Amino acid sequence: MSVSPTLSVAEIKDRNKALIEEVLKVYPEKTAKRRAKHLNVHQEGKPDCGVKSNIKSIPGVMTIRGCAYAGSKGVVWGPIKDMIHISHGPVGCGQYSWAARRNYYIGTTGIDTFVTMQFTSDFQEKDIVFGGDKKLAKIMDEIQELFPLNNGITVQSECPIGLIGDDIEAVSKAKSKEYDGKTIVPVRCEGFRGVSQSLGHHIANDAIRDWVFDKIAPDAAPRFEPTPYDVAIIGDYNIGGDAWSSRILLEEMGLRVIAQWSGDGSLAELEATPKAKLNVLHCYRSMNYISRHMEEKYGIPWCEYNFFGPSKIAESLRKIASYFDDKIKEGAEQVIAKYQPLMDAVIAKYRPRLEGKTVMLFVGGLRPRHVIGAYEDLGMEVVGTGYEFGHNDDYQRTAQHYVKDGTLIYDDVTGYEFEKFVEKIQPDLVGSGIKEKYVFQKMGVPFRQMHSWDYSGPYHGYDGFAIFARDMDMAINSPVWKMTKAPWKTEELPLLQAAE
Amino acid sequence: MSSLRQIAFYGKGGIGKSTTSQNTLAALAEMGHRILIVGCDPKADSTRLILHAKAQDTILSLAANAGSVEDLEIEEVMKVGYRDIRCVESGGPEPGVGCAGRGVITSINFLEENGAYEDIDYVSYDVLGDVVCGGFAMPIRENKAQEIYIVMSGEMMAMYAANNISKGILKYANSGGVRLGGLVCNERQTDKELELAEALAKKLGTTLIYFVPRDNIVQHAELRRMTVLEYAPESQQATHYRNLAVKIHANQGNGIIPTPITMDELEDMLMEHGIMKAVDESQIGKTAAELQAIA
Repeated sequence: MSVSPTLSVAEIKDRNKALIEEVLKVYPEKTAKRRAKHLNVHQEGKPDCGVKSNIKSIPGVMTIRGCAYAGSKGVVWGPIKDMIHISHGPVGCGQYSWAARRNYYIGTTGIDTFVTMQFTSDFQEKDIVFGGDKKLAKIMDEIQELFPLNNGITVQSECPIGLIGDDIEAVSKAKSKEYDGKTIVPVRCEGFRGVSQSLGHHIANDAIRDWVFDKIAPDAAPRFEPTPYDVAIIGDYNIGGDAWSSRILLEEMGLRVIAQWSGDGSLAELEATPKAKLNVLHCYRSMNYISRHMEEKYGIPWCEYNFFGPSKIAESLRKIASYFDDKIKEGAEQVIAKYQPLMDAVIAKYRPRLEGKTVMLFVGGLRPRHVIGAYEDLGMEVVGTGYEFGHNDDYQRTAQHYVKDGTLIYDDVTGYEFEKFVEKIQPDLVGSGIKEKYVFQKMGVPFRQMHSWDYSGPYHGYDGFAIFARDMDMAINSPVWKMTKAPWKTEELPLLQAAE
Repeated sequence: MSSLRQIAFYGKGGIGKSTTSQNTLAALAEMGHRILIVGCDPKADSTRLILHAKAQDTILSLAANAGSVEDLEIEEVMKVGYRDIRCVESGGPEPGVGCAGRGVITSINFLEENGAYEDIDYVSYDVLGDVVCGGFAMPIRENKAQEIYIVMSGEMMAMYAANNISKGILKYANSGGVRLGGLVCNERQTDKELELAEALAKKLGTTLIYFVPRDNIVQHAELRRMTVLEYAPESQQATHYRNLAVKIHANQGNGIIPTPITMDELEDMLMEHGIMKAVDESQIGKTAAELQAIA
């Protein structure tokens, strides 16, 4: 429950500033000084949120961040369904990231698609001492024999690969040659590189550029008949089917989706993308690099969009349509009109139950800003938000298009800060990840996982919004929250009468 | 019997560490001590003079063949040579692949866990020229070698390496208790060699415990894969190694925390002894042709 929903903006700002001061007090001086730069209260009209970002986390705090390997294997490459992604190194990295991101896909697992399988070189002591190149080559041979329908292989480097200097590029080249030019991509995404998973996204983007795009002969004929309406969905990982509920809208407005990056995507789709007329970019953070590259090299424009909640969806459909002719522009209007009754019904049902409820978010990628519109469509208000691994361009977008004056901003929030903020602000809902979920639920605060959609979804598109609204209502208005107080703490004990 | 002495020979590559250590250890064995040699160089040539073998099967190659180091027994990796000196070689990958440093750590852990250090008086580690990474510093960390003997000569790079090794010892001196036992000069017949070696020892806060003169008999013995002690026990060179062994034994595990010097100080020292001429700063980075043009 919000402590005082009636506070003015000025009062909220003062409270939030005081809260930041209070939180910083527990840190040693040097840490407080460093963390202070990552916490702020948003001032309307400012070009960014006034926080430093993409800086090394401080030793000793509990950070929510991941590593470069997580960014490459877990986010960018992992969902490419018809390639086999080898977690190269000791077994743990592959094991604990196994099928954790709910990237849905169509295919027969183990035959022509492999997303939910785990492939690892399972390094032993001798592989560290003598190097793992021979083992890597052997694994590729085994993959060819056991899974002949795979369309390519990637090597996702874990930390030791970079330490012992294994030449994964040489192995990849040699095996590619041996298997008639098969696409084999070595990715130098060792976990110790960079400050978060963000560098892993960049490295993975670069690997697509160097080992997929640059291997296509420049004069090769396209393997499909191009149309003026070909677009590629970039930066949708199809969590719980997000890309599917997005794709249908683009198709309904008359566009042809030639590739999905990378949820439910395939190598052929990656290879087809340089022929697209427009790249539509959902997760800017993880795939702006390759979008910029395609703009530079192939002259393909790219356009950021937001498919969370009807307001942003309509805005985005019109923005995407503006790159095309009237046929598509009309198509966009028709799509918006078609789904309006559904949206009206969803809002009519859930808005009265959610009106005025407050939310605090802490997630990665695009979500700390992108979902704000969807909450607002339901009459809810995001009072605090922050990025796990955002850069300043994320905070610029957030400040200029999303957050309200006075919103509490926390970059790379620490476990302690997040708990304190939530404890003091008492929002009606917290949206973050699995590590945070039970902490806040035990505090009596409703929670939704906003990485995995809490095993629900999709949340993108019109269909996704209906599910999103239901899930938020389910979390906030669950009767369980009325039962969290122990009966003996609320009921007054009857006065004992002395025996006569 | 006194408690286990753990010593290590460090020094620049090619300085004669393995030759000096094997001859000295052979002399210690002659004195009745029970010795274990642990070779920590991927070249695996630390025990050839004791075993009369080209190269011993190494822990790591045997482990790679067997599957893992856990599949090995101590008997498989330990060979017994001249005067019952026990020998093991850590081994490592071929140059350019893998991590030899991790190999040293793996091997030493294996030896400790499998009781290789029981019933002996001396363990001697023979380590790769430079302490290039954490793995090669393993022998001087906690509970490993307590006394380090640096083999050096009057050559500039050998002294440079000796100073660097002292830095490594200093780093672990407080946490692990490792000490510098002293310098051993292996004569190269450079100018003022003894004088320089003594000066460096003084700078490092230690002593030159022995000056081993150059003698071709060492090469004759090596060609036969033998120590001088075994090949020509009556020779003068054998006596030198015996003397060195006595000095090391008499050291009784004592040593100092070295005081390594800067590169500038090292150069100053060479200039002091007239080995290096002072270079005019204005000439640095100039080619011969440029210098001629100036003149």
